[in-house]
Amino acid sequence: MPQVTLTVNGKQHTVDVEGRTLLVELLREKLGLTGTHIGCDTSQCGACVVHVDGISVKSCTQLALQADGTSVLTIEGLAEADGTLHPMQEMFREHHALQCGFCTPGMVMTAVDLVQSHPDGLTEKEIREGLEGNLCRCTGYHNIVKAIAAAHPLMHAKAAE
Amino acid sequence: MYDFAYQKPGSLADAVKVLSGDMDAKALAGGQTFIPVLKQRLNKPSTVVDLAKLGLTGITVSGDKVTIGAMTTHAAIASSPEIKAKIPGLQHQASMIGDEAVRHRGTMGGSLANNDPAACYPSALLALGGTIKTDRRSIAADDFFQGMFTTALEQGEIIVSIELPIPEKSAYEKFRNPASRYAIVGVFVAKFASDVRLAITGASQGGVFRHTEMEKALSANFSPDAISGIVTPADGLNGDIHASAEYRAHLIGVVSKRAVAKAV
Repeated sequence: MPQVTLTVNGKQHTVDVEGRTLLVELLREKLGLTGTHIGCDTSQCGACVVHVDGISVKSCTQLALQADGTSVLTIEGLAEADGTLHPMQEMFREHHALQCGFCTPGMVMTAVDLVQSHPDGLTEKEIREGLEGNLCRCTGYHNIVKAIAAAHPLMHAKAAE
Repeated sequence: MYDFAYQKPGSLADAVKVLSGDMDAKALAGGQTFIPVLKQRLNKPSTVVDLAKLGLTGITVSGDKVTIGAMTTHAAIASSPEIKAKIPGLQHQASMIGDEAVRHRGTMGGSLANNDPAACYPSALLALGGTIKTDRRSIAADDFFQGMFTTALEQGEIIVSIELPIPEKSAYEKFRNPASRYAIVGVFVAKFASDVRLAITGASQGGVFRHTEMEKALSANFSPDAISGIVTPADGLNGDIHASAEYRAHLIGVVSKRAVAKAV
């Protein structure tokens, strides 16, 4: 059986997988990291978004073997070791940017990449376009957009420290 | 998904060898179409050959042409200052494919090799008169696209890069399906010193095609008004739950005018 070696949330793992094993299956079923969700399984909903080498991707549309040698960040790896929430998570809470929470891990991971890749600022339009690949079926998007806008200065202030 | 063997060769020659020696082996580029196809069990490859380690990424501008590595992602094309300066229509086109996460993985070469009749890039290749460079030859865009999901590529042949002549002006306009973001009708127009080329994706049962009547009118007068009176017949156009053939025929006129207005 093929093996994949990758770093997930800072910890290295070597795991037996099949050719067809998806990255999201490796994370959820082999590593028990069930924060990353499978929503549509057709690359549309974004509940499975994680970062691979710092870039947001849909982990249901990448083979585990394609991620060999990479560094993966999931929602479980976002908060600090002492439990202090990441600014994006804090702003999602502050602005009530979730209801049922199913889409939230993917929303947060997409949002973190979006903010990181726009150091000079994000307009509301850019935030909404950036969320095109993430579907929320509960609340609509207004509070998610607000949370991301609020997290932008916090994240970049923290990065500048 | 059916299981398969997986290989990630480190050289182009090795990748060609594996793909040529096994009719059921399939190449994997970004996987944003291929993996969903595998999930639906529409394809059952014996071996999936990942092209990620062949060094086929990058964008270079030299003289009057832009060369894009086949494994360059939509995100890299959309965020390239060189592409934006030289072929703004292509930069805009890449920025509207799929969504952010899909653009981080999907590649130009993968999209071209698949030749989905509603994909965006085939229209850019055809309108720009680009050349597809493979491991063994160069194929002009006019010869490359051979109908829905069909190209001139042979078994085991791998796209290495795409060469695009730099036009004077270019623009892409897409009337998209809001759910899939694929083109219901997409129009790429490119104006060169000697002529204008205009290609349409999403509309035809035969895949991407050049609208020669519009090209002729635009070569004489590069303005939206020049194509106002041109009626496109619905024969041979796609009709589905999203848009009838007649509606697509109408959209070809509307979207083409928008593309030209943007390019002017």
